[in-house]
Amino acid sequence: MTSIKVNGVVRDLKDVPEDTPLLWALRDELGLTGTKYGCGVNECGACTVHIDGDAVQSCQTTVGEVGDSEVTTIEGLSEDGSHPVQQAWKELGVAQCGYCQVGQMMMAAALLKNNHHPTDEDIEGEMWNICRCGTYPRIRAAVKSAAQKMGQQEAAQ
Amino acid sequence: MSTSKTNVNDASPMQHSLQQAQRQLNDYAAAVMQSGPGRQANAALAVSQSPATTSRRTFLAASAAAGSFVLVMNSQNGDAAQVQDSSVATENSFNPDLFVSIAPDGTVSILTHRSEMGTGIRTTLPRIVADELEANWDDVNVVQAIGDKRLGDQNTDGSNSIRFFFDRMRVAGATTRTMLQQAAAKKWGVAVDQCIAKENHIIDQKSGKKIGYGELVEIAKTLPIPKADSLKFKPKSQWQYIGKDAPIIDQDAILTGKAIYGIDARMPNQLYAVVARPPVVGGVVKSVDDKDALSTPGVEQVLQIPAFKGAPLFQPLGGVAVLAKSTWAAIAGRDSLDIEWDLGENADYDTDAFAKTLAEAAHQPGKVMRKAGDAPALIEKAAADTNNRVLHADYRSPHLSHAPMEPPCAVADVRTENGQIVHCLIDTATQNPQAVQQAVSAALSIPPQEVIVNVTLLGSAFGRKSKPDYCVEAALLSLQAQRPVHVTFTREDDLQSDYFHTISHLHLQAAVDENGAPEALLARAAYPTIGSTFVAGADQPQAWEMEMGLTDIPYDIPNLQIEGCNAKSHTRIGWLRSVAHIQQNFALGSFIDELAHHAGIDPYEYLLTTLGADRQIDMKAAGLGNRGASHDNYPYDIGRLKNVVKRAADLSDWKRAGELPKGRGMGIACCRSFLGYTGHVVEVEVSREGKLTIHKVWVSLDAGLIVNPDRVKAQIEGATVMATTQARYGKISFKKGRSVESNFDSYRMVTMSDCPREIIADVVESDEAPAGVGETPVPSYAPALCNAIFAATGHRVRDLPLSEFDLSWS
Repeated sequence: MTSIKVNGVVRDLKDVPEDTPLLWALRDELGLTGTKYGCGVNECGACTVHIDGDAVQSCQTTVGEVGDSEVTTIEGLSEDGSHPVQQAWKELGVAQCGYCQVGQMMMAAALLKNNHHPTDEDIEGEMWNICRCGTYPRIRAAVKSAAQKMGQQEAAQ
Repeated sequence: MSTSKTNVNDASPMQHSLQQAQRQLNDYAAAVMQSGPGRQANAALAVSQSPATTSRRTFLAASAAAGSFVLVMNSQNGDAAQVQDSSVATENSFNPDLFVSIAPDGTVSILTHRSEMGTGIRTTLPRIVADELEANWDDVNVVQAIGDKRLGDQNTDGSNSIRFFFDRMRVAGATTRTMLQQAAAKKWGVAVDQCIAKENHIIDQKSGKKIGYGELVEIAKTLPIPKADSLKFKPKSQWQYIGKDAPIIDQDAILTGKAIYGIDARMPNQLYAVVARPPVVGGVVKSVDDKDALSTPGVEQVLQIPAFKGAPLFQPLGGVAVLAKSTWAAIAGRDSLDIEWDLGENADYDTDAFAKTLAEAAHQPGKVMRKAGDAPALIEKAAADTNNRVLHADYRSPHLSHAPMEPPCAVADVRTENGQIVHCLIDTATQNPQAVQQAVSAALSIPPQEVIVNVTLLGSAFGRKSKPDYCVEAALLSLQAQRPVHVTFTREDDLQSDYFHTISHLHLQAAVDENGAPEALLARAAYPTIGSTFVAGADQPQAWEMEMGLTDIPYDIPNLQIEGCNAKSHTRIGWLRSVAHIQQNFALGSFIDELAHHAGIDPYEYLLTTLGADRQIDMKAAGLGNRGASHDNYPYDIGRLKNVVKRAADLSDWKRAGELPKGRGMGIACCRSFLGYTGHVVEVEVSREGKLTIHKVWVSLDAGLIVNPDRVKAQIEGATVMATTQARYGKISFKKGRSVESNFDSYRMVTMSDCPREIIADVVESDEAPAGVGETPVPSYAPALCNAIFAATGHRVRDLPLSEFDLSWS
């Protein structure tokens, strides 16, 4: 019997073969459709989730590989869209069609967790996600803005 | 079968019902293509304002809950599906216009009938209504329309939404507001003139009395609907929302992962399907062994979809579908299918070989599509001169794929009773729900109004999702499976079975005078036409395609001859954001730069000079269609085109251009497209080893009146990035009839690290009629980029993509 812990809750996947990519288990079995399919081959980043806090492409991780680790999806990034990354994305009007933005934000949140002062090179190096609408200039600005917010939060604590 | 048809309306006579339906699709295609000059620029004042009815089908019954805009569809087997009717009307509400409804509790609902694929249109159109209605935007309930021809054009394509519906939305708002003013005047027994509308209330200016819209619903319902030409619109000085930035209404849902796209749509008891389609267009299944597929865990059924007949239209390609409990199980099942294909007549399609065929065609005289003076004679005469007065160049662009971030997806539920199809429900990411109705009705032989299409958000589209082949697949599979079926294209499916942007070869010749100014231009274009998707055998660029950056040439050149050359298509050809502008503006925008360098004149100065005096080009006299827009509302204004060129040049501080060191360069280009005007300046750096960095792009756009400036800027930024992908990497090649590039590893996209480092978007303030935005800033980017590369390196790139070009220099 397979189960995984997603957004703090243990979810049953007993009828799901262990070699099923986490992406499809999240979307089709658990109804967590916030995580998106874009390529299935680790080239676009649309399916990015966090596993134990690190950005991972869920199309390349099987249900069996998740084991006891904690999966966080966009539905669990914050309860109400209040994560600094979500706030920055909102303030800068980053989203056009919005489809890839979940993966972009999950990538950015993982990047900023360990680096509150990312340089352009850091951002370009980590944020390799594809956006067909071409929102990259605003994503770059939003990552910096979110970094500032996180820095301020940290300073306030 | 004719091989030289150029008009998609020329379909041969159809004999039975399916063919009749196909003819409807042809008519539809003609409309999509804007081929005729007769199309009205603005349907606003002609539109019916009849109160909405909900009785168009007996099984549609209004929801019991007053103020709810969800209708419940009941079928005889007892289960119900919720669909939104095309109107926001309920029995108790005030519904003076299909697009507006006010409930007794004061809730203002506005119907939005165009598809949201990233432009913000789902937000922007209702804001026009709200402005004219004096409705508080934050309290407006926006309802997405199903496909319904009563609403007018729903084909969210061709950069038409604001152009077609700006006036119509104002009529909807003003009609409602006027009737509420009249209702208040009647209630209070005062003159209408003293009753003004403000923030969901009518106020009596004399007494100061104030009443909410909801309280006026009962009286307003009894009033006659005023004629559109009697309405008084708000003056621009009082606009609250038009011209002001607004975030998209779906933003919070998008940022929290709650937004529903076509791939996320779910119907109870649905199966997930993927389809093994013929790898070559026109191929058919010879035999299939589905034993292993059926024993794959989660797989429930394997079904066939018949191959299409005749022109592709929006018919499925055919193939074998695997239906399963999850998308992944369906994919795994499909991997286990053993299919033998008869690949058909396109099995030898090879784009390397075909490029040579196109080159030959472009070096032969073609059909003359525009002529002024005698360009061939002048060029011949100049060629006899020894002073190097004739230039030629050939420009080549490859097939491209739309590759929307969300691949095509649809879920369909075909309901039958007593063996007869009753209706079909579809939830899908579509740019054109009415085309879904048409295509599915043809496939199921039911009337279009029995196909009920709910439009989800679209994870981008770029033209792919105005072609509903994937919806027809879902419907045909649901009919066979007797339950809802959700079809998902994998990325590999998407890149194999697209309606591809065409492959092209343009041959250009010019004769210049002693100062290097062009006296004559001959242009020949060879590319498979979009018309071939609608009429089998169509093999010449059509007038409306040629008019995208070629026959509508803005330059003041006295002798012109522009020809379309024969080219057969061997795959499905479709329209991709900015369509034939992609290849034609690349060629012409590059060639003008070549002429400038030949003349030894600064390219910006040369461009302005060649554009000539401020004037309006008489499109009608030139035999051009102007995208169906009137010449009065949408003149081809060279002054406006020069203005955006100047603005982009000024922003970029163009005078630096001549002083940059080798390896660094600036390029400029412009275009009029989709009735708007764009000027692009691009600054690049190319290392000695040939590594290209695009430092900065300045874009000036004049699209007439702007409703939501921030979203227009976002479109400019996005168009520039998308054009960067296409110029740097965009190429779909075919070998043995099959597309070679199969995913983003081989069909590469720019990401943050190789897109322009900075994009300055400049939007011209204007009161001119609203023009296109989404596609308008695409075409002039590629030539500006390649002109910058020439300035930096001396390499003239005439073949895209850049990734196949060695840019190194010493």
